[in-house]
Amino acid sequence: MSAVDEVANDAPPVEAVPKRAMTLGTGASLVMLALLIIGPMFVKNFIVFQLTMLLIYALAVLALNILTGGSGQFSLGQSAFYAVGAYTSAILMEHFGVNYVLTLPVAGLICFGFGFLFGQPALRLSGIYLALATFALAVAMPQLLKLGVFEHWTGGVQGLVVTKPDAPFGLPISQDRWLYYFTLTVAIGIYIASVNLLKSRSGRAFMAIRDNEIAASAMGVDVALYKTLAFGVSAGITGVAGGLGAIAVQFVAPDSYTINLAIALFLGMVVGGVGWLPGSIVGSAFIIFVPNIAEGISKGLSGAVFGVLLFLVIFLVPHGARQVAMVAQHMLGKLRKG
Amino acid sequence: MELFINQVLAGIATGAIYACMALAVVMIYQAIDHLNFAQGEMAMFSTFIAWQLMQWGVPYWWAFLLTLAFAFAGGILIERLLFKPLAKAPVLTNVAGFIALFAIVNSVAGLVWDFTIKPFPTPFGSAPFLGSQLISTHQAGMIGVTVGLLILLYLFFQFTRIGLAMRAAASLPESARLVGINTSWMIALGWGMAAAIGSIAGILIAPVVFLEPNMMGGVLIYGFAAAVLGGLTSPLGAVVGGFLVGVFENLAGTYIPEIGNELKLPIALALIITVLVLKPAGLFGRPIVKRV
Repeated sequence: MSAVDEVANDAPPVEAVPKRAMTLGTGASLVMLALLIIGPMFVKNFIVFQLTMLLIYALAVLALNILTGGSGQFSLGQSAFYAVGAYTSAILMEHFGVNYVLTLPVAGLICFGFGFLFGQPALRLSGIYLALATFALAVAMPQLLKLGVFEHWTGGVQGLVVTKPDAPFGLPISQDRWLYYFTLTVAIGIYIASVNLLKSRSGRAFMAIRDNEIAASAMGVDVALYKTLAFGVSAGITGVAGGLGAIAVQFVAPDSYTINLAIALFLGMVVGGVGWLPGSIVGSAFIIFVPNIAEGISKGLSGAVFGVLLFLVIFLVPHGARQVAMVAQHMLGKLRKG
Repeated sequence: MELFINQVLAGIATGAIYACMALAVVMIYQAIDHLNFAQGEMAMFSTFIAWQLMQWGVPYWWAFLLTLAFAFAGGILIERLLFKPLAKAPVLTNVAGFIALFAIVNSVAGLVWDFTIKPFPTPFGSAPFLGSQLISTHQAGMIGVTVGLLILLYLFFQFTRIGLAMRAAASLPESARLVGINTSWMIALGWGMAAAIGSIAGILIAPVVFLEPNMMGGVLIYGFAAAVLGGLTSPLGAVVGGFLVGVFENLAGTYIPEIGNELKLPIALALIITVLVLKPAGLFGRPIVKRV
């Protein structure tokens, strides 16, 4: 079979999403923001914790969205960056007594560097090959964290326990609620920054590379620089999410950051709609709540129910939450006119 | 020196497992240009079918043949029902589909046959092979079957009409369609064959790693590593890559003290990344040429 030539696959790796379709309008954004601020005031602490995790995963999905939806590169290895961020925060807090707020920028920076470096070899890969390389990174990460050499810092298999911060200035709210609003503030900041990034010159360069690499380089886009940059930014945001995750869960251990996390983030992006930033929160809700729902429907078959739901999403709404939002918008517009 | 030879032999024995899996991976990659992340789970499921048939008293070779037929039909069915509609969808959607398939197959197998570890019989026996303590007759049989399979595949693709049609459909789908080849069914056939090869791999591997729903997790990753090393476009490369990965893994574990057993997996993964970066086409694969 050596005579078989390479297959020319017609299907694009990632669908092109126009820049304008990547974000929400002002009105919808404000409604969403109000919901996120007011909602947690009326629910139990455990639900507040779940909502915090929702925001954290949404951040990680958003990071992947910038990489895949923005610059058209795959990653099944986001859990590795998430783990590095989480460990950076945990080690800084527990070994060096650094304030939790200050650990986040450090986690972001370290992950940015890590992602930027990993982006170098990734430059030579595309499509399924890149998926495979990042997949390898994600599978290797827990093993690397368990290494004896780092055990003094990482706590080896046992992991590290992280203290949960109190609300500052003597504010009369519980730790969980404080952490939620803290996470929300960080998330909003990163969301606005990401929207601006995609609207900027760099964002246009990302999208040019996504749509046609050769054409982009012919127009003077430094393909290598922007591709690695996309990897770095994505890893940096994921690192911040990882740091927040470590603080919220109060615990880091190698086995929390397996390939399953990477796959979950990937699915979150597909469900939320590739390249549609607000969809990140929908995707995050899917990966946090749907496994629970699946377990509720059938305990033994939870994996199968999850898989079937995923197939339903792929077949019925291939563009994920973006498609649902577009249809809803269209219907609203019709109602107003009629 | 004796240690070295022994470790190489042991490496070849484990390599046979990876070679089998890599062959299935390459088959599907040839047909559809995707890596099937659910390949290992499909193989595991077929192996359970074989086990179930034997529990019902079907003789080994009949169970083997029935399982092959089941896997072949199952592969075609999955392609027709789930992945044919996705043929024009972005790669991303396909990967999500493979993950969904993985979750479904794994969960169903766990429900039907539960997660306890089951022994699986071997037709070759497990006595030492030619007096060597390192290779059992089963492992020798496994190597034999893998090489035999490779030769059969070669003959099939080189000397049969349908093999030629499949090659044509894979390399130039549009021209193939113009000369009257039903390319859509060639893809389905590729799925069926890949599933059948996977089931052979599963049946051969099960006596070594024991039968349980998660038995393929590690094997598939090594299978990927082997396929990448040999070149994703070459069945011969996949088999050679499988043996090389097995030997490499064993030697690294023996001679580099820091690696031991814990780091064997990261070693395979480092191998994937190194090969992808240095020689993306693999040892035997053809370099990808993109038309502008």
